[in-house]
Amino acid sequence: MKQLIQGLLLTLLLVGSASAAIDAYEFKNEAERERYRTLVEELRCPKCQNQNIADSNAPIAMDLRREIYRMLEEGQSNEQIVEYLVARYGDFVRYKPPVNAKTVVLWYGPIVLLFIGFGVLAFMLMRRRRSAAASSTLSEAERARLATLLDRKEP
Amino acid sequence: MKRLLMLLPLAIFLLVAVFLYRGLFLDPTELPSALIGKPLPSFALPSVEDPQRLVSDDDIKGKPALVNVWATWCVACKVEHPVLNKLAEQGVVIHGVNYKDDNAAAQKWLQDFHDPYQLNIRDEEGTLGLDLGVYGAPETFLVDKQGIIRHKYVGVIDERVWREQLAALYQELVDE
Repeated sequence: MKQLIQGLLLTLLLVGSASAAIDAYEFKNEAERERYRTLVEELRCPKCQNQNIADSNAPIAMDLRREIYRMLEEGQSNEQIVEYLVARYGDFVRYKPPVNAKTVVLWYGPIVLLFIGFGVLAFMLMRRRRSAAASSTLSEAERARLATLLDRKEP
Repeated sequence: MKRLLMLLPLAIFLLVAVFLYRGLFLDPTELPSALIGKPLPSFALPSVEDPQRLVSDDDIKGKPALVNVWATWCVACKVEHPVLNKLAEQGVVIHGVNYKDDNAAAQKWLQDFHDPYQLNIRDEEGTLGLDLGVYGAPETFLVDKQGIIRHKYVGVIDERVWREQLAALYQELVDE
């Protein structure tokens, strides 16, 4: 039993690390490697739609990885590298699109919808409470009538 | 007021339905080019026929033209090639970018299947392709006489695509 659990854990560990296409790039230091990793994971492969360029084996993704590596070696900043690619392939290559007139609905739409939902909920609750309160209190005339009705039935 | 409020869910449903219906007919592989309205990237690359002869972006300026990115490894390019031949015969200016290809194979292709290109740019490393934002051949750019990219078509240009989409755009550039 213990062995089985250990085996399972090992498998899970392996599954986690077995992504990404293999390129042999040498980095000056760990920080550089980390930057390369975040960049290739954040940028989308133009050819293969739903993969980042780290995971894709398409030739274009290979080219882009090489290009990103080259720019890192030249000492360019992350912004410069992303801008370089956006200038060629458009905002499509960014998995995190910038906030602009075209994407504003995408960014803030859900929050706006959530608030509208809360608003509607609050409105409905308030109305329900008001109508419940209104129906539970009887006017003077109604109360008198109720009393007479009850009185009449009692004997 | 209450009537109107009751109609609200229906209105929202219709709105969403219209959006989703439209989405059914959008092609997600069709990316808008980031280069529309921008000049051709500057380059100086050898020609396919003669490695000594350099072709640059200045050579493309002067006349509106199609810039067609192709390669011998690209199956769809073979389908497109006869259409380009026919267009070239009709007087359409077409330049070729031989993208990440073996040059000998490209030369043979042009001999075997006829050469519709006025300029044959040899982009063996894919640098021009990268600057053009090419993500798969065949891709065709419509360039005006100042060398500004005006339109991009991704995929095979067949007679229908030419007739229905590109011919009018090209004619517009010629008339400018």
